[in-house]
Amino acid sequence: MTEPILSRNFNIADAWKLGVAESRGAYATAKKVLGSMKPDEVTHAVLTANLRGLGGAGFPTGKKWQFLPKDGKKPVYLVVNADEGEPGTFKDRYILERDPHQLIEGMILAAFAIRSRKAYIYIRGEYVEPFRRTQVAVDEAYAKNYLGKNLFGSGVDLDIVVHRGAGAYICGEETALLNSLEGQRGYPRLKPPFPALVGLFGCPTIVNNVETLACVPHILKNGAEWFAKLGSTGNGGTHLFSLSGHVNKPGVYELPMGTPLRKMIEVHAGGVRGGKKLKAVIPGGISAKILTAAEIDVNMDYDSLRNAGTMLGSAGVMVMDDSTCMVKMLFYATKFFSHESCGQCSPCREGTGWAHKIVTRIYEGCGSLKDLETLLVIARNMEGRTICVFADAAAWPIQSYITKFRPEFEEYIRKKKFEPARPAMAGAH
Amino acid sequence: MATITIDGKQVTVKDGITIIEAIDQATQTDLPRYCYHPGLSIAGNCRICQVEVEKMPRTVIACNTRVAEGMVIHTQSAKAKESQQVVLEFLLANHPLDCPVCDQAGECKLQDYYMEYGLYDPKFNDEKVKKKKKAVPIGPTILLDQERCILCTRCVRFGDEITKTNDFGVFNRGDHSELDIYPGKELNNKYSGNVADICPVGALTDRDFRFKMRVWYLGSADSVCTGCSRGCNIFINYERSRPYHLEKERVMRLKPRENQEVNRWWMCDDGRYGYKFIDTNRALEVRILDGGVQQKTDWKTALEKTAALLKKADPARWAVLVSPQYSNEDLYLAQKLFAHKLKWKNIAFYAPGQEGFEDDFLIKKDKNPNTAGAAQVLNLSQVAHDITPLVEKAKRGELDGLFVFGHDLVKLYGIDAFRQLRSKVKTLVYEGWSLNLTADAADVFLPSATHAEKEGTFTNFEGRVQRFRKALEPAGASRATWEILQDLAVLLGEARKYDRAEFVFEDLAKENEAFSGMDYKKIGMGGLCLRTS
Repeated sequence: MTEPILSRNFNIADAWKLGVAESRGAYATAKKVLGSMKPDEVTHAVLTANLRGLGGAGFPTGKKWQFLPKDGKKPVYLVVNADEGEPGTFKDRYILERDPHQLIEGMILAAFAIRSRKAYIYIRGEYVEPFRRTQVAVDEAYAKNYLGKNLFGSGVDLDIVVHRGAGAYICGEETALLNSLEGQRGYPRLKPPFPALVGLFGCPTIVNNVETLACVPHILKNGAEWFAKLGSTGNGGTHLFSLSGHVNKPGVYELPMGTPLRKMIEVHAGGVRGGKKLKAVIPGGISAKILTAAEIDVNMDYDSLRNAGTMLGSAGVMVMDDSTCMVKMLFYATKFFSHESCGQCSPCREGTGWAHKIVTRIYEGCGSLKDLETLLVIARNMEGRTICVFADAAAWPIQSYITKFRPEFEEYIRKKKFEPARPAMAGAH
Repeated sequence: MATITIDGKQVTVKDGITIIEAIDQATQTDLPRYCYHPGLSIAGNCRICQVEVEKMPRTVIACNTRVAEGMVIHTQSAKAKESQQVVLEFLLANHPLDCPVCDQAGECKLQDYYMEYGLYDPKFNDEKVKKKKKAVPIGPTILLDQERCILCTRCVRFGDEITKTNDFGVFNRGDHSELDIYPGKELNNKYSGNVADICPVGALTDRDFRFKMRVWYLGSADSVCTGCSRGCNIFINYERSRPYHLEKERVMRLKPRENQEVNRWWMCDDGRYGYKFIDTNRALEVRILDGGVQQKTDWKTALEKTAALLKKADPARWAVLVSPQYSNEDLYLAQKLFAHKLKWKNIAFYAPGQEGFEDDFLIKKDKNPNTAGAAQVLNLSQVAHDITPLVEKAKRGELDGLFVFGHDLVKLYGIDAFRQLRSKVKTLVYEGWSLNLTADAADVFLPSATHAEKEGTFTNFEGRVQRFRKALEPAGASRATWEILQDLAVLLGEARKYDRAEFVFEDLAKENEAFSGMDYKKIGMGGLCLRTS
């Protein structure tokens, strides 16, 4: 990897301000594209660049855009999913905080491609500073007529509204996000219909992740071929990986898609802290199935990780050394999911809470070996029976931690270790 | 149209409907469902209606999956049943299982489906979530128990979509989600009782019915609401096997009965809770005036006395006030007796000024169940609509006698007007089911049966003839009006023709063009519209 692309401005002072951003080339591509290309050509470029949705699902972005109805009579909305809530993930906040104009330029191009004149940025409620800076960036762009009416004299209009969420993880699920944006309760919607047909306010809507849209100016500036080649087969471009946990140098790393996980930990992140032994890695946020130390010879892209039985997800890589207690890890995972389940579908609503009660019991030294079976049954029964994939995401940690570290769980239960769950944690509702 | 296979049976259904609609239309299978209700939008949240569709990797919910040509659906396969069962176990995980003290027991879908689809070995071994509102009234009609709620949101959608009153919401998240009404509000709209009907569990119960009787002791009769001219189709739920229970009250509750043409699945609260007249303030004795005081007598004496009065009556100086509260059969025999046999000219039926609340959904301002039927049966070219002119006539002393069906003239015109009338009218015959001051002042008082105690038909505001069935025996000595009228006709020399209301209706259909071609069988459950000339 020679030159950073998405993160090229992260360490430039005040790059979030328009003056600095423009001196670094911001909006030049948008200006050029809006004056010279057709919307469908932009979509085509994104498609051939193999850009995939970097929020976690990895769906080809160009394909998603093509799902919009042709010659529809309703307005089309572009919605940016900036509700980055997946534990272990903190890449989008870097873009929002340090280079928001990169996102806005991507939005201008995407909106142009999908013929949208109104876009929303839905920012996670806890992201106070990223929200502030993004709002300033949007205001600055308006002041220079990079947003508003007749952008760059091309006749294209675009308005952007920055909206703050209220702190629910589920609002990162795109249809819950749309409900929330409409002022409804953050419940995921039944699909079909998909947002491309019936989305925000009942209109065709494209929901894209922050990082995904930030890639678009680079694709159009340097060419789809160039972008596709940066990554691995079918996984174009680079990706911002959030490395955290027991490594010497945690942080956000921009690396090509397909970078080997071992290299990521040992070289980029400077290895496991304190020279300790690696125990496990979660490769894609808390929802992804865990990998043991023996399983880290895998390339970090959507397809390779799926073949390895886990997923790239939000690319939040959490590294654990051998001091980590897997029971405790599962306690926090189930606590998170039981706290964040929206409560709409019965298997998830009841299953996440039930699982957490059992894990809490085990964690507090009152578990039995039979509980492990019950947990696996609950996880299996939750999976695939709900409106959104939250229940699956809640099931995977249970399944993978218990299956891959079963002797540790059994030993913990047999020895009846007592680790009192802090009251504020156990019942954090 | 799409040809699909459900549990091995090939059926053809309309294209694009959901699997659950196809199952309901084309099979006898009772696929479990909580959130799904055909009258509400699809929520897809309970997840119990899982079916296996061949070539699909996982079971899917039948309520939000549309049929496609050639689809092969299994509702009873091992895979489908396992899915249904595990979802049920989740639904019951935090359910309090307080069935012994729950009023819903016996008509609870958690109980029913547990017996049919559950029967698992329960694994839940931890403390259940506690919720704040346990048996809390949320309005004049409904009681909320949050712990029993399975959050299917039927009530939420009812308030949002049907009454548009937006009463309910789900608050909090995950297994701490609570169904509640919005803070500072109460559930108080004209259709609030319906939420107890659509609640599949014991979370919303009816305050009027609660703890009156276990539902398995209830009898049920198909009937029609008499609260207004809409004629909502209902069930009368009555005490069946425990006659000692709540000694005098026999009707326990009314429930709406689906009729897409009339009331869909719903009924209003005025109608729902307006059944008390059946068991209260009832006329239970036949009475005649004897020495200035009404005395209890038997039917024979009273009818003979009435017949004698009618025989002597001058057709120009007697009037009969029939009523749109009576069935088509009653009114038809009244017409035959008074207009045809006795040649009376002074006949009217409608008491004006009694109109009430009306909305653009179910409630009509005419609070009589059979105004359209009365107008049709009595043939308005010969009969006056409004009773007031005849009452005025009586007050002026232009009438010798008055035969009143049901109308409480004291209530309608005031006690002074009635005193004046009574001082001028020599003879007053009263027939009705309620005790009132008009009845008390009658020379002959004939107690009649309510609609719950007889067979018959009403014609609603749009001309739909609908049957109601007998739920109860007539209270006390009361009898069906058409029977009383037939007895009078026999005493006046007519042949006895009818031993069932059905036969009365057959003659009505023969004689009255608007009813031609109809009979009870053809009217069926859904009703038939009058022919319009």
